[in-house]
Amino acid sequence: MSNLNKLNSVLIKKTLKLDCGKEISNFPIAYETYGNLNENKDNAILIFHALTGDQYASGINPVTNKEGWWNYAVGPGKPFDTDKFFIICANVIGGCMGSYGPGSIDPLTNKPLGTSFPVITINDMVNAQYNLLDYFKIEKLFAVAGGSMGGMQVLQFVSNFPNKAKVALPIACTASHSAQNIAFNELGRQAIMSDSNWKEGLYNEKSSNPDKGLAVARMAAHITYLSKQGLQEKFGRNLQERSDLKFGFDADFQIESYLRYQGSVFVDRFDANSYLYITRAMDYFDLTKQFGGNLSKAFKDTKTKFFIISFTSDWLYPTSENKDIVIALNAIGADVGFVEIKTDKGHDSFLLDVPDFLSTIKNYLNTTYSNINERRI
Amino acid sequence: MKEEFKVISKFIEEKSRVLDVGCGDGILMEFLSKNKVVDIRGLEISKEKVKKCLSKGLAVIEGDAENDLKQFPDLSFDYVILSQTLQAFMNPEKVIENLLRVGKKVIVTIPNFGHWKVRLDLLFKGEMPITKNLPYEWYNTPNLHMCTIQDFYNFCNNKGIKIFKTISLNGQKTSKITPTNLKYKNLISELGIFLLEK
Repeated sequence: MSNLNKLNSVLIKKTLKLDCGKEISNFPIAYETYGNLNENKDNAILIFHALTGDQYASGINPVTNKEGWWNYAVGPGKPFDTDKFFIICANVIGGCMGSYGPGSIDPLTNKPLGTSFPVITINDMVNAQYNLLDYFKIEKLFAVAGGSMGGMQVLQFVSNFPNKAKVALPIACTASHSAQNIAFNELGRQAIMSDSNWKEGLYNEKSSNPDKGLAVARMAAHITYLSKQGLQEKFGRNLQERSDLKFGFDADFQIESYLRYQGSVFVDRFDANSYLYITRAMDYFDLTKQFGGNLSKAFKDTKTKFFIISFTSDWLYPTSENKDIVIALNAIGADVGFVEIKTDKGHDSFLLDVPDFLSTIKNYLNTTYSNINERRI
Repeated sequence: MKEEFKVISKFIEEKSRVLDVGCGDGILMEFLSKNKVVDIRGLEISKEKVKKCLSKGLAVIEGDAENDLKQFPDLSFDYVILSQTLQAFMNPEKVIENLLRVGKKVIVTIPNFGHWKVRLDLLFKGEMPITKNLPYEWYNTPNLHMCTIQDFYNFCNNKGIKIFKTISLNGQKTSKITPTNLKYKNLISELGIFLLEK
């Protein structure tokens, strides 16, 4: 992560009071933009990333030299059309791609903050990113969008700032992190914390990272992003470069080899402490509870137009949880559209080439943009 | 069926909140949005049709009237529309009850099984009728509960549902249905359009 100092970043001077009670100020938010802000400043879309995402939604990520995480959705002529819209995407606080996080250097010790970084929430992430509107002098966003943890940020954003986005696209997410999701996150955190290199979070990034623990965390999480049918069709019981079982514990099966690979490439781009902090923020997310058990109250003042999308084979953030948001919005007569897209690609569907999903978003954004902004004249 | 839409549009007052149950690909929603200042929502069971609606920027949710109407609060819409869909439900009685709970007024369109062509088909051919509005064979029809204008009229009376207006549609021709011409209109109408209140 040696390229970190070349990233676009804005220093937030304003004090931000975190949910844990601590205050932070003079902290960096790393961001990236795509496309151009038009004269009316009415074409801006703020995209929120998921657990292991970053600000590089499109193009080539200069740190990993790989394609941006939402390359299918963001770019010229794509659903989030950068010929038409001005896309802003920031690294969440707690992240490891240039925003204030556990890897940030503590000026007192000259070492990474590690676990002395405060525990943050989805609400904190959203409040931190809200500063970007001031920075770009945008009065009102055309849209906020995101999948998974990005979707949770969309919900929190509209709840906190009911008048700051015309359209909201929460995709494959939930208003309240389920016990099953907390359980999977805890599994990942335990894998990291039981790696002897973790050292209560005070590992030295250059020499000995808790890579093994982080890789296991990623492997476990990766299974939850796919569907059983998808895995079966892609891998079945196929063997990895061998004709027979070897009666040992090497990767006999392709699925084992695939997961090991996913774990190994992940540790090159992600920080173990960030993984702990961000999964914790997801687990703490309960918008329903924030509003006394009535999710509708979270959106009572909003005029935002919602478009909620779920996927048939997503068992991590299933349709039922997405529908709970639809129901809460309908209960207060909010403007909401909802569709469940048929696919066997699991929770990861929102990141992948799922034509039905991509074309529906593209048409929805284009039509809604012209309905809202062009007919007004 | 443009004529049907025109009748429905006339029933609806400006600046009202409207829910189109079984909105299909949103043609009626678009028609109403163009002709009236309305805040309109849709509910549709087919994924393909919901995607079409959302592509047009319409506020449509995927769902099924028999299970998903319950999420809408009492009297949360000025008008709820059910256009030529009642016959396809497992339990039309419950659906009507729910429509009347959600909407201050309810507009229901019935493909009339009492039309003379339908009656003649059954009388002379001895086969289940196939018509423009009912184009299915008996073994693949989604229409589980066909009724006549007279049947629906009786149903409303028995249930104590107020009928404000009833319009007959026969080809391009519209006319009022009244208690005195009901038997005749039940014979010549292809569609019956009802404006109801609880």
